[in-house]
Amino acid sequence: MSDSDTVGRPGAPGLARGPRGGAAPDTAPEAPISTPQGSGGSPVQPPKVITRPGDKIFKALTVGSGVFVVAMIALIGIFLLIQAIPSLADNQANFLFGRDWDADPQGGLAFGVLDLLLVTVFSAVFALIIAMPISLGIALFLTQYAPRRLARPFAYLVDLLAAVPSIIYGLWGAYVLAPALSPISTWLNEHLGFIPLFATGTSNLAIGQTIFTAGIVLAVMLLPIITAISREVFDRTPPMQIEGALALGATKWEVVRTTVLPFGRAGYISASMLGLGRALGETIAVLIILSSTTSHFGFSLFDGGDTIASKIARAAQEFNDPRGAGAYIAAGLVLFVLTFVVNAFARSIISGHKEYE
Amino acid sequence: MSTATDLNRPAAPPAFQEINASRRFKNRLATILVAGTFVLALAPLVWLLITVIAKGFQYVLNADWWQKSLAGLTSRQFGGGVYHAIVGTLLQGLICAVIAVPIAVMVAVYLVEYGKRSRLAKAVTFTVDILSGVPSIVAALFIYALCITTLGMPRSAFAVSLALVLLMIPVVVRTTEELLKIVPDELREAAYALGVPKWKTIVKIVIPTAMSGIITGITLAIARVMGETAPVLVLVGYTTFINYDPFGGSMASLPLLMTSERLTTNEVGEARVWGAAVTLILIITVFNLLGSLISRLTSLKTK
Repeated sequence: MSDSDTVGRPGAPGLARGPRGGAAPDTAPEAPISTPQGSGGSPVQPPKVITRPGDKIFKALTVGSGVFVVAMIALIGIFLLIQAIPSLADNQANFLFGRDWDADPQGGLAFGVLDLLLVTVFSAVFALIIAMPISLGIALFLTQYAPRRLARPFAYLVDLLAAVPSIIYGLWGAYVLAPALSPISTWLNEHLGFIPLFATGTSNLAIGQTIFTAGIVLAVMLLPIITAISREVFDRTPPMQIEGALALGATKWEVVRTTVLPFGRAGYISASMLGLGRALGETIAVLIILSSTTSHFGFSLFDGGDTIASKIARAAQEFNDPRGAGAYIAAGLVLFVLTFVVNAFARSIISGHKEYE
Repeated sequence: MSTATDLNRPAAPPAFQEINASRRFKNRLATILVAGTFVLALAPLVWLLITVIAKGFQYVLNADWWQKSLAGLTSRQFGGGVYHAIVGTLLQGLICAVIAVPIAVMVAVYLVEYGKRSRLAKAVTFTVDILSGVPSIVAALFIYALCITTLGMPRSAFAVSLALVLLMIPVVVRTTEELLKIVPDELREAAYALGVPKWKTIVKIVIPTAMSGIITGITLAIARVMGETAPVLVLVGYTTFINYDPFGGSMASLPLLMTSERLTTNEVGEARVWGAAVTLILIITVFNLLGSLISRLTSLKTK
């Protein structure tokens, strides 16, 4: 890629990385065109380097924007930390392992994030468990099974799921889906109630403001995200492999199982992790669906409670005192770190696979 | 065994063997399951849209709905409209776009034209990935910590727009980057060969070639951020009055109106919530259609 070096322009700065388009005229017109004279024995003089102010300014702008974006992520972490520290210092409970949340600035601050964190992770993982197999099926359907002509419009329909704002998912979940799920959850509770997962929780099953409902709504919201990336990866399965499997007499399913799935596995897992990150941070849908409670989280799907995001949103209108707000900002910092780790992990899976590019 | 069957039997066994029953069954089952998941995914979409339309469509048919605010109406009075919230939603979305788009396009230009494989470019790509996964509530808290507690600004629609910028930048960077990558190198080389400076090549050749796609991406991104609720919840107060000033005081928006009126537990509140839901979906649909329309109108003529 270092065309600019081979061309012999030592004066071209910063081009060693080979920008798109090969040799870019950061400098004067191409010198080597005139090299035929060189056959006469006289050494080729390096051309005089002309730096155009436009180029310099423009490059500085683009680099600046890049740096700005990088700085932004760091700033998010730093600012949240700075604002959280005073409240954390005043905190009378253990922040990471405390289970009660009292961020009333009038009394003493005593807030622990553990319960919120548990509900957050629990509901997101539940959503992911529902969404993963379904998205896998959709992605396979769209890439391998659907008739070519219909694959695009079908994919568009699935993408529409991502276009619906989360508040509308929340309203639908709380007022339409929750009552409809009530017979199912009551049945699960009555017959499988001995399993802690289905034990009677803190939320009224008839109204259905449970993690069960929230998880299902979250799962619907994850479908388009996981499907979109898995689809892209499955589409890149080398046709040679597929044809090879077909030639060996494999059925459609065997083709999928022996070529598409092994090829796309890493991408699919990465997509699911991105979905998990999304589910962890979902705010308003969870806020509308879950009933708030003061009792501790009991690892039941039929509990109410709050995720970190919904707790913050519930209190957001009353952020007037910096100390009280600081407690929520500390919780937000935990959420930020959590989603950061999940997302970074998801990206690291996919970036290790050159065949996806 | 009669001689007739013996005569009919081929001399060599056929090369193709029947697929045995269990493999056939598995194949069929897989097909049904895979197609089933697709139907299963469409069910909530259809159910949700029908719900929203059934519950809210009747309210948006009224002309007042689009022209009036809820100012002066109590929570028991029908009537009024959501003009104030529509103004807020559009205003916040547009301000966000005005700030986010130039930055995002420049970042994409950097990644495709300048950065390539440098360390900074890797860092930028990584950051954009992470930024696209930042929950909207965290973006809202960051702007709260930066503008409201640290800089002492009051809550305002402008703060909301700033939070939306964080959510919009990664979306626009992604689409723009993809589009710039597919601009053929020949175009760049032709420009360079004519002695056009690099920046001018980018501004006059590369970006215009990708323009239609970029505009579509931007419209879709605006449609997405307009439905965000967490930032408006944290960063601006709700009002029933029309407010055109992004820097001053409370400003309604459709998501905020829904979360506020949701607490009014009577028919009036319900009407306002579902009416606003239909309105929001309509606006998002219009933006989506606009996006594909623009891309169709401005796409380069290919012979």
